[in-house]
Amino acid sequence: MSSSTLVQLVLLTPLVGAGLILACGKRPNVREMVTLLTGVTLFSLVVSLLPAVMAGERPTFTWFEMFPGLPIAFTLEPLGMLFALVASGLWIVTSIYAIGYMRAHHEEHQTRFYTSFALSIFGAMGIALAGNMLTLFLFYEILTLSTYPLVSHHGTEGAMKGARTYLSVLLSTSVGLLLLAVAWTWVMAGTLDFTEGGILAGKVEGPMVLVLLALYAFGTGKAALMPFHRWLPAAMVAPTPVSALLHAVAVVKAGVFTVMKVVVYIFGLDFLSASGANVWLMYAAGITIILASFVALAQDNLKRRLAYSTVSQLSYIVLGAALANSWGVVGGSMHIAMHAFGKITLFFCAGAIYLATHKTEISDMRGLGRTMPITMFAFLIGALSVIGVPPLGGSWSKWYLALGAVDAGQWVFVTILMVSSLLNIAYLIPIPIRGFFSSGPDSVPRAPIKEAPLFCVIALSLTAIGCIALFFFADGVYQLLLPLAGG
Amino acid sequence: MIKQNLLALQIVIPLIAAPLCILLRRRALVWGFAVLVCWLTFGISVVLLRQVLETGLVSYEMGGWAAPWGIEYRADPLSAFVLLFVSGIGAIVLSSAGLKDTALDEIPVSRQYLFFTLYLLCLTGLLGITITGDLFNVFVFLEISALSSYGLIGLGGRRQALPAAFQYLVMGTIGATFILIGIGLMYMMTGTLNMADMAERLVMADGGRTALVAFGFLTVGIGIKMALFPLHIWLPNAYAYAPSLVTAFLAATATKVSVYILLRFVFSVFGVTFAFETLGLGGVLMFLSLLGIFVASTVAIFQTNIKRMLAYSSVAQIGYMVLGISFASTTGLVAGIVHLFNHALIKGGLFMAMGCVMLRLKSVDIEDMAGIGRKMPFTMAAWAVGGLGLIGIPATAGFISKWYLIRAALEQNWWIVAVMVLISSLLAVIYVWRVIETAFFKEPSARAREAREAPLSMLLPTWVLVGATLFFGVMTSTSAGVAGRAAEVLLRVIP
Amino acid sequence: MMDNVFGLYNYWVVIFLMMTGFYIVISQRNLIKKVIGLNIFQTSVFLLYITIGKVEGGTAPIVSEGFNVYTNPLPSVLILTAIVVGVATTSVALALIVRIREAYETIEEDEILAQEKLT
Repeated sequence: MSSSTLVQLVLLTPLVGAGLILACGKRPNVREMVTLLTGVTLFSLVVSLLPAVMAGERPTFTWFEMFPGLPIAFTLEPLGMLFALVASGLWIVTSIYAIGYMRAHHEEHQTRFYTSFALSIFGAMGIALAGNMLTLFLFYEILTLSTYPLVSHHGTEGAMKGARTYLSVLLSTSVGLLLLAVAWTWVMAGTLDFTEGGILAGKVEGPMVLVLLALYAFGTGKAALMPFHRWLPAAMVAPTPVSALLHAVAVVKAGVFTVMKVVVYIFGLDFLSASGANVWLMYAAGITIILASFVALAQDNLKRRLAYSTVSQLSYIVLGAALANSWGVVGGSMHIAMHAFGKITLFFCAGAIYLATHKTEISDMRGLGRTMPITMFAFLIGALSVIGVPPLGGSWSKWYLALGAVDAGQWVFVTILMVSSLLNIAYLIPIPIRGFFSSGPDSVPRAPIKEAPLFCVIALSLTAIGCIALFFFADGVYQLLLPLAGG
Repeated sequence: MIKQNLLALQIVIPLIAAPLCILLRRRALVWGFAVLVCWLTFGISVVLLRQVLETGLVSYEMGGWAAPWGIEYRADPLSAFVLLFVSGIGAIVLSSAGLKDTALDEIPVSRQYLFFTLYLLCLTGLLGITITGDLFNVFVFLEISALSSYGLIGLGGRRQALPAAFQYLVMGTIGATFILIGIGLMYMMTGTLNMADMAERLVMADGGRTALVAFGFLTVGIGIKMALFPLHIWLPNAYAYAPSLVTAFLAATATKVSVYILLRFVFSVFGVTFAFETLGLGGVLMFLSLLGIFVASTVAIFQTNIKRMLAYSSVAQIGYMVLGISFASTTGLVAGIVHLFNHALIKGGLFMAMGCVMLRLKSVDIEDMAGIGRKMPFTMAAWAVGGLGLIGIPATAGFISKWYLIRAALEQNWWIVAVMVLISSLLAVIYVWRVIETAFFKEPSARAREAREAPLSMLLPTWVLVGATLFFGVMTSTSAGVAGRAAEVLLRVIP
Repeated sequence: MMDNVFGLYNYWVVIFLMMTGFYIVISQRNLIKKVIGLNIFQTSVFLLYITIGKVEGGTAPIVSEGFNVYTNPLPSVLILTAIVVGVATTSVALALIVRIREAYETIEEDEILAQEKLT
């Protein structure tokens, strides 16, 4: 099979999967089997494309022309490859987790849940493979809409309110700012194709570059750059598997992925760094990193704390893009993968704790390490990876980001990265520490080990192992991403 | 033989069929006949569009009298395009009225045969306006469609339909009379009623003040007819209380045809130079359309009757079309014309879905609609897709219009306008989402609990329209392609 | 000046009728009176058309010996159509009013609105 056929299959698999899941709604076992099978098929398809992309091939195909000269087209390049790998790989793990979680929790509307989930992955794959900005925008909106039923899943007043915030922030930024940026780019440059070296050089000048970059960066609401980050904590009303895959991996990474794509393929690194507009974006990202970390410190609800931590970590990637040099781009892109594994582990643990003990507040979690040792240990690994401690994956991406900042002569941002790491320690590490070393509520005698359902434990162990593995296989990721930096 | 007379047949078939409906009377019989006629009309318009795309212009002399003395029927890309979707939506909407247990039940059985007669007459009028090349003929067909639509609206099941129809009658008659005055003054200046002939003579006549007055009367008259803000007050009640099928048909076609008249008069008869450069029509239209978009969208948010809400949304959407026209550029015209088509599909689909809701709930109040997404998943899924089209989410037809509109604004460096268009679509998000949230995620209301899915005979036409909004949201070569041809003809880029 | 006032008196009549009719439509609350206002409004336009068609010194447009200036027949023909339309409009309006009276027991707009507010 040729690579471009494979790319089409990657796109169609989750869509077909969603249809089958909907059709099997009456029989839960078959439905969940279909979910897993779709996940495995998708992941193996993506993996089978890896050697070709590593070898420098860029499989391309066009669906149809939406406007004259502006088709819905797809091109698989290294950055998209990485995102597709991460999203499709973690989908399998999350599906395993979701089966355990949803059943243990006796959730309603599970068919709607799994269908929307598959559709979201379809959206994410479309974003990863998009060959031009219009295609990316199309799938960006599909992702927004297909995740809405997941966020409002419980249908309670609180869930509706959260979902409303979610949708309104994401839609208003994308329709209000991103679409404007896309249309403007089209009018200026006459093309929207993702081209190496960018398409805007010589087409836009002076302060307009800054305005356009701002439209793109803030318009990509999924990148959660402050002040458009509120949807992310609001989305925490969703069931935990949703928070784990979508609001730690697929949706938010789609956002920063878009920013990275725009910087690399629309603006072009050289053009952007020469224009000087990127400095502004660096500061916006830097402020978000620090502020969100402080907000995270103040949260007692575990999922909300993780959400703000995500806001902060996403801006690492935006910062990497804004640095607009090889190290920055490689570091930022690598962080897409590293943070994905770390954060999904943390969310899995949060969900497992909730399932086993119905606890959501951090202050109630003392001594949990004794009853749920595997979960707490995985949490520790995830936390260390997010902080960036070797030998865990997160250390590499931070290292490259710091190198990028040094390379750009932006010492301020080296400092910001270090301060942020300290803040990460401050808000993440106390949780496992208290879990293991602080004694539980006095009156209760020492409880026996009571972990979450088996499916959940398997999933969170897998991702924790992933965090460690990524440290040793970081070179592969690095090799994949190297072409982004211009050779 | 048939091929030569297509233009005449387009009008004559439904016109003759209309009174025959009175003779048939029995529901199944009259329905079958009317539907057949509608689809035949649609078939003719398809053939016509193909002919026009090949040759550029199809002309027919009524009774063999040569233009400009006789009445000329002519189809250029714009009119063929409008004919196509008016007859198409007319056929699709009517197809749903057939068997028992459909939205036709809103109309008392004793008057149902009248519905078919009036429907076909209204269709005739709308098609006639579009196809004729004669100014006075425009007025006559305008009144045919208007008089029959007053009757159609008056068939509504609730008594509020009657004052609504009366109000529409008064406003509509004033509008039509204004148009009549305008036509009279133009005849006075040029001595001809043939549009093409008049366009040539107007350039020479240099009408001065008379041309100005004629233009003023025409614009206001057409403004009333197409419900251009602030001349829209007849529309919300008329659409809210008319039978659902009538609303679906009129909302999708009647105002669009009025926009067509505006395009014809401004671009084909008066010419861009006179209207936009001498008179500055662009500024007025742009101001009114933007104001209309914002005010009507905001009002829509606060409606509890969802048909009324959609009616206000229609007023706002007319604003988008007029906004596109106000740029007087190729892209702007494409935006306006393609939105005629796209919005016709979207609103047709939405009001058809409301017909399904009305059939099952006997109410279109938002409170009664709580939770019906579970009971009527197909109906409400169609509604949701239509709603996304109104917002302009990519892969729906609404996005195509918005894309052209923004491009048109950016090409002329109208930043503020582009931003305002985008902000206004957020208002659409609010009023659309209010319904989606209530229908899908709220606990079912008392009425919703007893509801069941609408019959297939209603769902199928609804989904044909909704499916079309999705299809034309990605395949734009037909819609935007033809709109592009039409825009070029209007701007005389090509003769 | 005098020419404008007296020479074009037809037009002044047209304008006067038009404004009268328009005013009645807007100001009257009684539906029948509104319809009558609408009729006056339309009639003014009929007069306008016929005035347009008049050619000075022309006779009725019937071809016969000894006459070569005829009044333009077209506006009169057009206005015949318009009169038919006007009659049709009036009849539809009256039919609606009958139905309104059945439904509301009144043909005063204020009272209809008041009833709507209550329900």
